[in-house]
Formats: sequence, C-alpha cells, structure tokens
Amino acid sequence: MDTTAPEQIPFLRDPAKLAILYQCLTVLGVGLLSYYLVHNTLANLERQSISTGFGFFGKEAAFEIGEKLISYSAADSYSRALFVGFLNTLIVSFIGIVLTIIFGTILGIARLSTNWLLAKLSAIYIEVFQDIPILLQLFFWYAFFYEMLPGPRQALNPISGLFLCNRGLIFGVPQSHVAYLYAFVALGVACLLIIFLRKWSAKRQAATGRIFPIVRVSFALFISFPLITWWLAGAPTAMNVPSLSGFNFKGGLSISPEFTALLLGLVLYTSAFVAEVVRAGIQSVGKGQKEAAMSIGLKPAHVLNLVILPQALRVIVPPLTSQMLNLTKNSSLAVAIGYPDFVSVAGTTINQTGQAIEGVALIMLVYLAFSLSTSAIMNWYNKKIAIVER
Amino acid sequence: MVQFERIVPAVVAALCLTAGVAVSGTLADVKTKGFVQAGVNGELFGFGKPDEKGVWKGLDVDAARAVAAAIFGDAEKVKYTPLTAKTRFTALQSGEIDVLTRNATQTLGRDTDLGLDFVQVNYYDGQGFLVPNKLGVKNAKALDGASVCVLPGTTTEQNVADYFRQNKLKMNPVVIENNAELAKAFFAGRCDCLTSDASQLAGIRAVAPNPADYSILPEIISKEPLAPAVRHGDNQWKDIVNYAVLAMIEAEELGITSKNIDEMMTSTNPVVQRFLGVTPGNGKALGLDEKWAYNIVKQVGNYSESFERNVGVSTPLMLKRGLNALWNQGGLMYSPPFK
Repeated sequence: MDTTAPEQIPFLRDPAKLAILYQCLTVLGVGLLSYYLVHNTLANLERQSISTGFGFFGKEAAFEIGEKLISYSAADSYSRALFVGFLNTLIVSFIGIVLTIIFGTILGIARLSTNWLLAKLSAIYIEVFQDIPILLQLFFWYAFFYEMLPGPRQALNPISGLFLCNRGLIFGVPQSHVAYLYAFVALGVACLLIIFLRKWSAKRQAATGRIFPIVRVSFALFISFPLITWWLAGAPTAMNVPSLSGFNFKGGLSISPEFTALLLGLVLYTSAFVAEVVRAGIQSVGKGQKEAAMSIGLKPAHVLNLVILPQALRVIVPPLTSQMLNLTKNSSLAVAIGYPDFVSVAGTTINQTGQAIEGVALIMLVYLAFSLSTSAIMNWYNKKIAIVER
Repeated sequence: MVQFERIVPAVVAALCLTAGVAVSGTLADVKTKGFVQAGVNGELFGFGKPDEKGVWKGLDVDAARAVAAAIFGDAEKVKYTPLTAKTRFTALQSGEIDVLTRNATQTLGRDTDLGLDFVQVNYYDGQGFLVPNKLGVKNAKALDGASVCVLPGTTTEQNVADYFRQNKLKMNPVVIENNAELAKAFFAGRCDCLTSDASQLAGIRAVAPNPADYSILPEIISKEPLAPAVRHGDNQWKDIVNYAVLAMIEAEELGITSKNIDEMMTSTNPVVQRFLGVTPGNGKALGLDEKWAYNIVKQVGNYSESFERNVGVSTPLMLKRGLNALWNQGGLMYSPPFK
C-alpha cells in the first residue's frame, strides 16, 4: 500500500488554480480599461473646458412637455422633466405590453385555427407586419391620424361627450368625487377576495373533487363591489365634459395622436412576433397530449387550459420576455413622431445643458433598469411555471 | 433607426474624447489633410443643403468655403458633415469637424460650458411663429392654448416656453425631431402654429403645398445671432475663421465683388490695396497667403452676393436684408478695419 502523500501539483499545471488566476487577470484588465476610459474622458473634458456632472438636475428646465402624467411646468427642474419623460415611456410600454400579449395570443391561436379563412388572414397579417420596419409603421399611423382626422373645430362627435380630431381623442370623465375613491378601494378588496377564493376553491377541488364556478363568481365580485360602493356613496353622475374653447378642447381627458400612433404601431408590430412565439409554443406540445386529454372526456376549453397551455407556456415565456423588452426599447422611436418619451426629454436636456455624456449615460441606465426589471419579473414567472422535477 | 442616429454620434464623441484631441494646431492639421471638414445643416434650404446636382449651397456653406479659400486658395477644398441640432456641438468638441457652420445661435452657455468659441455672426435671426391664415390669428398674444409644433434640439423650445410664460399663456408643444416630418404634421393641421427661427420659417413656408396660405407673425421673440463656431483654445484658427467671414462683409463695404475684383487689384485706394494683399501684411499676420482675402471674394463672393444668391428676395426664401444689411445701411453687419 502506498502511504506517501500525493505529489504536489505544480501551480502552473493545476487547472483549478490557473482558472482562478485567469479570472483575476481578466477582472484586473477590465478594471484598468474602465479606469483609463473614465479618467481620460474626464481629463479631456476638463482640458476642453466642458463642465461635467449632474449639477444641472436642480436647474430650471425652462421647456414645456406636451403630455404629462404628473403636474409639470417650464418652471420645474430638469430632474422633474426627466421624470415626466420616464413616466411617459413607462405608461406606453406597460399598456403596449398588455395589449400585445392579448392580441398576439389571439393571433397565434387564430393561425392554428381549423377555420381556413381565419388561419390565412392571421398568417398574412403576421407576415406583413413582421416585415415592415417599425419606424415606417409609426410614420404611417401618425400621418394617418393627422391627415385623416379633421381639425378641432370640425371634430367628429359620434356620441355625446366624445370628440375625435387631429388633436386626439377627447372624452368626458366623471367629475372628481369621493365616491370614486371608495369604489377604487372596493375594487382592491374584491381583487384580494378573488385571490383568496381561487386558493380555497382549488384546495376544495383537490380534496373533494367538487368544482366551484370560480370564473363567474370572480367576475360578479369584480363588477358588483365597486358598483355597490359607488351607489352607497351617493351615486354621483356629474361629468366633466370637454368643450371647444379657443384653439382646443378644455376639460375632459384627451389621448393624443402621438400616443395613439406610437401605441398602435408598437402593438401591431410586436403582436406579429408574439403570435409566432405563441404558435411555436402550442405546436411544441405533442399531439398525443391533446388526444389523451380528449379521450378522458375533458371539454375543449379544459383541454386548452389544463393540458396544452401549461406545457406551451414553458416554451412561450422566454422568447416572450425578449419581445416585451423589444417593445420597451422600440418605444424610444417616439421622438420621430413627437411623443415626449424619456429619450425625447433627455435629448432636449442634453441640448440645452450640453451634458451629452451624462444624458446618454442616463438614457442607457433607464433602459437597462426597464429591461432588467422586466426580465426579473418574467424569470420569476418562468421559474414558477417550469417543470417541477422530482 | 432614429434612436441610433441620435445616440451613436454622442457615444462616438465620448469615445473620441477619450482618445485625446489636439486643441491647438488646427491650421497645421487642416493643411496636412488638404481640406476643411465643416459641420453643416444638410437639410436647411438657403443655409446648408446640397442642390439637385449634389453641390452644397447656402449661406453657411459659403462661410466654410471662405475658410477653405483663405487657407488653400481653393473654395472647393471643403468636406461637409451634415449634423443634427443635437450632434453638432459634440462633433466639434470631439474634433470630428474643424469648423461648425450650421446656423448655431451664439449664447453665453455655449461659449463657456461647451468649450466653444463663436466668431463673427453671419446671419442675425430671431424666433417667430408661422400660422395658417385660416386660423385668423394676427399676433402671437392670441395663441393662448395653441398646439405648437417645435423642432427640438435648439434654443427654440426654451424661447417659446419663456414667451408663453411671460405672457401668461398656455401652450401644448408637439416636438418632432425631423424637419420634414414636423412640417408635414403642421401642414396637415396637427398644430396651430409652428415656431422656429424666422429664416427657417421662410424655408418651411417655401415648401408648403400653398405658401400663400401661411404667414409669419410680426413678433420676433428672441435674438438668434447665428455664427460659425470653433473649439475653444486655438486662437490662430479662431482668427482665421473669424476674418474669413469678416472679409466677405468688408468686401461688400469696399464695393468689391467677385465680378470686379480683378479691376480692383489696380485700385489706388490704400484700404482696398491692404485688403486685397497688394500691400502685404494681413496674410502674414494670420499665417496665410497674402491673397487670402482676394481668393475669398473671387471664389465665394462678398456678403451681399452670398446673401442674395442663397436667401435673398429672388430666392424662394424671399428674405430681406433687414438686420443683416451693412451697418451704414441700417443693419448690424460691421467689420473692423483690415490693417
């Protein structure tokens, strides 16, 4: 029996130690390179007497923004102006993503439909919208709105309190009243109740096999809670109706043609890609699965919901995430059609302050933050629906 | 893609800054290269835009050609870089171009924070409003609540916001990056008025489906001295660009044109002799050939010739001299003596 200790491996021949050494060297190299770039940039800016830093944040922005979700005027600071732009990007991306998923899923399922006309129409739609650059589509929709619709003085008025013109879609909203706040709270309560009910019904079904009509009950709760609260709080019906005054409508809410064109362009374009993702997901589920489900007597809706979709989603979610990121990033094309998104506001800021490097860094940071948080949420969801391996 | 068009130059500029840029010695660099790299508008008729044959034309283009004529004795030795309002200063700072002749307004902030030096103004402009006649608006105070089409990346957005604030009026800006797209939206009635420098308004009106349907309101709400710019810190280069522009103004005042210049060479007027280099001195002082001013006027023309050729009343822009007339004719164009 050999009792001598195993021979010491020389450092340079030990792959484990070498790997650590190489990684240290790489980190050092990257660190030195970034130090060099940052230091050199600062030195050159200094030498050319260009001021640097984020000191401009607190200065008065002195420019107006066309659309804003929070109150803003030219007297506010650059940081608030940038925040307005940030929210504009956020809202268009969020609504865009929700609509894209709904519309894309419908399209994807339609393409697999046994109805020949439906399948072909869907296929044509997907091919056409996938192949036209998004920028052209945006220009088209924007031009469509401002060329086709009349001016505010000749606005279309299909139903009372709703106007459609080249300044956008303007409609009446209920006059603010405390009853709406209560109704909103009631809606939240209803949502919590529905979540609780779903869990309870799933547990009960697992234990006893009895099925609870969860969809119908949820729907009833969702509608009735806010409605009853609103009625109990006095049922206010006063409306804030828009009226033409001077150049434009005053009162009511308006959705601008820029926002609509951007949203429409993004949704129609990205939906075509999402449809293909959904189709691929559904086709990835073996035919035998469907046949087996049908043979044990499940209804078609149950076959889709309980057998096909849970398996298809595993294939759908990762590429769907990247489509959601694409939509968010493409929303920066807004500047081409006059929607004041983050890039547009940051662009104005860069130009007025001359802080190009800071401004571009900020744009990159914001889009990175958007992308990383979308990815994080989708990765969490993906993990949740992934195959649980035992 | 628009976003790349916007961001890439800035990033490239950032990288260029890291590479280190020679601040002094621009003249030597230009002579080695054999041409002047000029940043121009590229889209603005009358100031900097290639004509249908691809030949660059415009008041700003002429300023760049004057610089080339002064240095090389050949006004054609210019290469043009079309720049957007947003990328223009970065392109100059990073050394991508030698001189910026792109209807840029001289301001204190740009002179200091951006590390630039502006030279002699080659066009005195001011911001105004273009409105469709059918709106019935006679002055800018009547624009309360109006949708205003604005081209971004200039002092324009700030000026118009300031004006509406001062007069306690409300506005609703629609900011579109591309000149042509903005004009299209305006002509289709998306906005009640369009605001920009008056010279640009004239250019935009010239391409309207029916120019007579639009008018420029009387109010001029800002001062826009448009001047070529160079990097801060190279005084010799700044002098050359400055006096190249001034030479065109001085030539107009002395009555020298591209047509009569060869006769003027025999003039007995000592001022003219000094200007044209018959009596040497000016060229040496600038580090140029003594015939530098002769070459500018011979090849580019004097200021009046350049103005009338590019933006004057006989062009589609139909601009009058106004503030841009010589000082002794009621304008602001004034050159220091060439001696």
